[in-house]
Amino acid sequence: MSACVGSDLGRPDGPAKVSGRAVYVADLAVAGAWHGGAVRSTIAHGRVLRIERKPGFDWRRVVVVGPGDVPGDNVQELLSDDQPILAERVVRHVGEPLLLVAAPDLPTLEAALAALRPIVEPLPAELDFESATRVLHEVSIDKGDPGARFDSPPPGARLFEGTWRTDSQEQLYVEPQGCVAWPADADGTVVVRGSMQCPHYVRKALARCFGIAPERARVVQLTTGGGFGGKEEYPSVVACHAALLARAAGRPVRIVYDRHEDLLVTPKRHPSRVHHRTLVAADGTLLAMDVDVLLDGGAYTTLSPVVLSRACLHASGPYRCEHVAIRGRVVATNHVPSGAFRGFGAPQTCFAIERQMDRIARALDLHPFALRRHNALRLGDATATGQVLHDSVGSLAVLDAVAARTGIDRHRWCAPAMAVPSSNSGRVRGLGMSFFFHGAGFTGSGEELLKGRVAIRLLPDGRAEVAAGSTEIGQGTTTVFTAIAADALGCDPGDVVVAVPDTAAVPDSGPTVASRTCMVVGSVLASACRELAARIGGAAGDFRSRARAWLAAGGDGIVEHVYGSPPGLVWDQATYRGDAYPCYGWAADVAEVEVDLDTLEVDVVRLTTAVDVGKAIQPRLVEGQITGGALQAIGWAQCEVVSSRDGRVQQDRLATCIVPTTKDAPRFDVTIVEQPYAHGPFGAKGVGELPMDGGAPAVLAAIEDALGVPADRVPATPERLLALLEQRERTS
Amino acid sequence: MRGPFEAAPPIELTFTLNGRPQQLQAPPLRRLLDVLREDLGLTGTKEGCGEGECGACTVLVDGAAVLACLVPACQVQGRSVVTIEGAGFEPEQQAFLDAGGVQCGICTPGMIVATRAWVESCRRDGVTPDERGARDALAGNLCRCTGYGAIVEAALRAAAARGEPT
Repeated sequence: MSACVGSDLGRPDGPAKVSGRAVYVADLAVAGAWHGGAVRSTIAHGRVLRIERKPGFDWRRVVVVGPGDVPGDNVQELLSDDQPILAERVVRHVGEPLLLVAAPDLPTLEAALAALRPIVEPLPAELDFESATRVLHEVSIDKGDPGARFDSPPPGARLFEGTWRTDSQEQLYVEPQGCVAWPADADGTVVVRGSMQCPHYVRKALARCFGIAPERARVVQLTTGGGFGGKEEYPSVVACHAALLARAAGRPVRIVYDRHEDLLVTPKRHPSRVHHRTLVAADGTLLAMDVDVLLDGGAYTTLSPVVLSRACLHASGPYRCEHVAIRGRVVATNHVPSGAFRGFGAPQTCFAIERQMDRIARALDLHPFALRRHNALRLGDATATGQVLHDSVGSLAVLDAVAARTGIDRHRWCAPAMAVPSSNSGRVRGLGMSFFFHGAGFTGSGEELLKGRVAIRLLPDGRAEVAAGSTEIGQGTTTVFTAIAADALGCDPGDVVVAVPDTAAVPDSGPTVASRTCMVVGSVLASACRELAARIGGAAGDFRSRARAWLAAGGDGIVEHVYGSPPGLVWDQATYRGDAYPCYGWAADVAEVEVDLDTLEVDVVRLTTAVDVGKAIQPRLVEGQITGGALQAIGWAQCEVVSSRDGRVQQDRLATCIVPTTKDAPRFDVTIVEQPYAHGPFGAKGVGELPMDGGAPAVLAAIEDALGVPADRVPATPERLLALLEQRERTS
Repeated sequence: MRGPFEAAPPIELTFTLNGRPQQLQAPPLRRLLDVLREDLGLTGTKEGCGEGECGACTVLVDGAAVLACLVPACQVQGRSVVTIEGAGFEPEQQAFLDAGGVQCGICTPGMIVATRAWVESCRRDGVTPDERGARDALAGNLCRCTGYGAIVEAALRAAAARGEPT
């Protein structure tokens, strides 16, 4: 039975959101709550000498918390223990928190923060990641013997080199970071409610901060106004701060960042430099690849090792090649720590390989589409880690779909500039493409180690409640879970409710990241629902009546299942060999741009994309993920600038931190391809991150097509395009 | 920064809020956004940036879409303020649900208010609502989730639902 999967149910969270009734963290009424904030470093690196209190402020009006007031470890719990909750002796980035303050109202908080001045002796700051030497993590992937190939290439083979760079990017969830914390209750339980992707991460961080068992920290997600990775790890920081203040104040404390603070201090996308050496036969066959990946991790480790891992695992692109060497490093600098952002390293390396493919095509006088299709991974091929692709490979299907929609395969790429019709005089038009894949779910044995759990439980009224730690952050978790549960239970969607993610009430399903919620958590949900449906039986009557009868007869109405990897997956983390991901989503983009020859502003007028998602559980939501992700990629490609001066983020308000508006967004032409994945629910695989990967290389290829200059850096701002044009004039 | 706006002594404010008379005391430069959210508990109007760039705090003042984070309370003296909690947004709300224009929802109330102001301005000015007009009207409302296609479609559906020829 499949009535809900593949349909458009309408969002269960929709009515509250359109009426303004949905409660976000800033909306939550909390009697007696104070406001919290932080005193932060204003320099990138320095020794903390003291913090001066300006005279004249009545300190009895506020509470102040310092590093010595952390009851547990002064460590921001994540992969490494290198980041303190509050810096004590050394600050390593602008915006690093030193002291916390809570006050009964915002004007008093502002006055108190202004009356606290950190005296910090500057130390030399590392602000250029390309020359930074402190390595946070390294990754190596080896396949075949590329060294031998490069040393003695076969006759007719040519070597291509390219260096490709991408700058940082701000997630810009429209709701800033925030949470409310309560002081420990009679049981000693600390409660936090807030805006977040991963309540169980926050719980773990609170347990470490307070030196308590995880069960003594209760974390509840509120309606969350966007995340895109930006609310993966950082809400743990806000939660620890608020909870420490609540403990000191003996009352609830709310911290909601204003946009300025959010832009200045929260993690952003890792800047990258990727160098490619590619040996190519005359017919375009990729013979050997050598890829060097460098990421700027910023001041602390945060999630950088995992971001680097995903960057490297996508660095050779969706292409067959027998001889591959990939070397990755993420280095420490004194920038604000880099962190999770949709795509998680893959957009950076996807950009590099795709532009490298364009360079190769142009030099060999091959069509960029033909070169990609010739080398595309197919069913039965092996990836750079030696993973043999056994099923659900939509590579050729997505390529052929965008060709059919756009004629990109017949487009004369980098022909003399095409002037657009006279109404738009002074503009030139270009087309560019990209081809990409994205591993769905955690890398390697990640899902096996995590053992995500989901429960389905019957409520007294006979409805079935989905209990999972996965969060609704706009992407549609609630709707997708409702559809999966309804079809797996054989009931109406109205018979299904999805529980609020509350660590005291739902099992740990793993974080809401890595395009894993639908595919991995959804598959556990489907199997739990099928067991429950089998228990209560398919006798006559509607679902709720049968469920109530089952409960009345003393039946167990709760089924909890644990994720089990599909049989046959093998991964060796030490050698980076084996099945890097359970499966991959596949996609191809074609971008059409118009470039104003006076201002060099780039207008992306159409983006055509074909995306293999396995099965679209809710096609409208899938399309929303695709167009939303693609617009973030298009913004990163040309207008979303994030830069820093002396380690301070320059785009520290929305007047200067630019993201696309309705006027900047292209028309989207989306084709959903469904190559079912046997172990996903109803064949579904991940879709959340994939659309972020291909927009930037397609847009820069289209700019190159229009202007004839090789755009090699994201974002391709007018200033950078002008420099490329001037360089061409000087050298021609 | 709140402090500088709230230093002056409160004044008596009288205005119409969602069709009903409203009286309260507020510092004259207190942001309309804070009056609505904190003094009156109307939290459907959101704050995304505090400087008039994101549009999440869009409300109607005498029928025009304005940004409540930029409007001092004293400016609504004697005027009519309509927020998402007010009546009459049903066509826009339904259009946003039907078109898939809602994801995380934080921009949605502002989008819906701005859409209604646009549809009503089309009627008033005798302009046929079209995609370009919708994109112009909503250019001050940021959404980071959808890519805007579904939002523009929602605006056009709302115009159609209000009987505007599209």
